Amino acid sequence: MTDPSPAPAPTDRREFVKCASCAIGGAIGLLPMAAGVYVAIDPIRQGGGPSSVGDGFLRLAMLEDLPVGGAPVKFSIVSDKADKWSRYSQVPIGAVYLQQTKPGEVVAFNTVCPHLGCFVDYRASQKDFFCPCHNSNFNLSGALLSGVSPRGMDTLEVAVRNGREVWVKFQTFKANQAEKIPANS
Amino acid sequence: MFKKLKPLQDWIEHRTGAGKLAQEALYENIPGGSRWRYVWGSTLTFTLAVQFITGIVLWMGYAPSATSAWESVYYMQERVSGGWFLRGLHHWTAQVMTVLLVLHLMQVVIDGAYKAPREVNFWFGVILLQLVLALSLTGYLLPWDQKGYWATKVATDILGSTPLVGPYLKELVLGGADYGHHTLTRFFALHAGVLPGLVIALTAGHIYLFRRHGITPKKPLKKPDEYFWPEQVLKDAVACLAVLATVLFFVVRHHGADLGAPADPSSNYPARPDWYFLFLFQFLKYFPGHWEVLGAIVIPGIVMGLIFLMPILGQWKLGHRFNLGLLCAVLIGAGSLTAIALREDASNATYQSGVSHAANDAAVVKDLARSRGGIPPEGALSLLQGPKLFAQHCASCHAFDGHNGLLAKLTAPQSAPDLKGFASREYLADLLEPARFRSSKFFGNTKHANGKMAKFLDKHAADFAGESKADLAKVIEAISAEAKLRSQQQVDVRDAARIQEGRKLFETLGCTDCHSLGKWDPDDATAPDLTGYGSRDWMLSLLHDPSHARFYGEKNDRMPAFGKDEKLSGQQLGRIVDWLRGD
Ligand code: FES
Repeated sequence: MTDPSPAPAPTDRREFVKCASCAIGGAIGLLPMAAGVYVAIDPIRQGGGPSSVGDGFLRLAMLEDLPVGGAPVKFSIVSDKADKWSRYSQVPIGAVYLQQTKPGEVVAFNTVCPHLGCFVDYRASQKDFFCPCHNSNFNLSGALLSGVSPRGMDTLEVAVRNGREVWVKFQTFKANQAEKIPANS
Repeated sequence: MFKKLKPLQDWIEHRTGAGKLAQEALYENIPGGSRWRYVWGSTLTFTLAVQFITGIVLWMGYAPSATSAWESVYYMQERVSGGWFLRGLHHWTAQVMTVLLVLHLMQVVIDGAYKAPREVNFWFGVILLQLVLALSLTGYLLPWDQKGYWATKVATDILGSTPLVGPYLKELVLGGADYGHHTLTRFFALHAGVLPGLVIALTAGHIYLFRRHGITPKKPLKKPDEYFWPEQVLKDAVACLAVLATVLFFVVRHHGADLGAPADPSSNYPARPDWYFLFLFQFLKYFPGHWEVLGAIVIPGIVMGLIFLMPILGQWKLGHRFNLGLLCAVLIGAGSLTAIALREDASNATYQSGVSHAANDAAVVKDLARSRGGIPPEGALSLLQGPKLFAQHCASCHAFDGHNGLLAKLTAPQSAPDLKGFASREYLADLLEPARFRSSKFFGNTKHANGKMAKFLDKHAADFAGESKADLAKVIEAISAEAKLRSQQQVDVRDAARIQEGRKLFETLGCTDCHSLGKWDPDDATAPDLTGYGSRDWMLSLLHDPSHARFYGEKNDRMPAFGKDEKLSGQQLGRIVDWLRGD
């Protein structure tokens, strides 16, 4: 570019002034930008999800509450929860379907659709699970019957303790992946 | 070098004219060449940009409501990595901006840069000055801490004292009759929406008009003309760098920006505005009663009016002198008032103690928020209630870690046990050392100092330090497990077997001669029942009536029956107990 300065200074000095202006200007602009971006991406740095107390199992029901071979029963998961600065005690954090397949044997499904996270309904008339969002349906063992979900419904670990207490380890999983991967990994 | 990009450059230029615009901006002529005195406008533009960048990111972490504002700012300041730095940048840049505004105004008035045809631009500038002050004022409230809350209360009460419209204005600003959620949502909307929008619009106009009329050169011209680029740009950049360095100095020195204790309408916090409004605060002291309107609104209004009229007055030579005089008078006046205000506060013991108490409260509440794994939904203020009640009702005899619960010294010598860590394993281990039991940390200043327990510990001192040491440890674990402390959740589960053993050893070691554990029998009770010792219920029952047979019975030494005698409500007692237990 031609230099239209009416008072041409020695070129060396002029070049220096130009470079210094750009360098300082860049630096002072960069610092607040960088600080902003660094803080804005904090959630990625923090990673992970809330950790659970003890072994992560929660007592949800008694065996006698669940009809053997009968329809799945929905239970809310109520638990202590931390959210940024807040600490809540005993608030709903999700729900599960429990089903006693054989006496003493219980399966648990997270009610969240593995496709994109809608709430899956149990349809008594069809004896299946049905997600109304993009019409995925699953049989009572959680396998995909039809629809767009990449995998069957997410099972959860169940333990029957003291003979009749049904304990479930509540977890959520990443959406829309063929593999069942815990959400906080 | 960039030849390949030329077609792209042309394409963009053809459609946007961006290059020409940049050209015009950079090759603005400066009569008499670049000078340091022209840098203020650029530094202000720079600080404004910093405020926008930092402000938007702070916005991402801010939750405006009476129970989440302080909490979210606390989280940003203490828990988000780099959050303190960002917050500090925003806070201190705002402070520096106020100073730069004054410098800019001074330069404009001294150089006569407000004169025709630049009147409109001057007015834009004066409005911008007020908008920035309004941004400071609204921003001061947003953390919802004691400082901001009480200062803003004063400011909005002044607004409310405006003749005729005052009460309505105040209600509009507060979003109701009193301070609450909507005060914050409204202040936030003003601070992050309305005011910045106006600032952008006016700044654009300000810069446009400045370009239209060009710089007002300081006569006599000392050098030949120069273009803005690069000489003036370098000076501007260096000035901005100096501004940033100043800001960084304060950011690092204060580790971001101060966050006081959460706003508490029941406290006696001494209200003070931020330093740049101190002169107005001091000024008001000279206008008692209904004269206040004069000091708060009429006189500042007249001064502002005169500043507005400066371009008109400045047309005459005398007028310009008057303007200079007025500016000097305002600056010297404001400076002196600020100095007086600071001096008075420095020697005002009530103010000083108010400030130091508030700083203690802030430290206590932040520590609680950290150690309790978060803040309950009622807000951070609820965390403070336990220690506050303790300081008021318990600290006349008890201590907490040597202080009154709020980090202040005890007003009277401690006469009852220090309750820090009450019922924890460490607490019990310490308590059961004979020398410690008799020390003033525990029962030294009570009549239990020479009671049966003290004698029992003396008698078995050698045994407990030697052969039975391991057994005693198990007993301690068993008694401590009764409390079901949150901090011991994990170890209580881990040591379940030892705790079972400890419960049996409780009898073997002779504790059951006086105490009971597991079941309490009113007939042979001679010392406090340790069933559920340290648990929420146990502590509440003790506070209800320590002279009850289940606790100290007739041996109770001066401890009041807080519940039975209705000294404190069940809810208040619950707060104290929850705090002591770390719940
Ligand atoms: S979310 Fe269930 S099918 Fe799409």
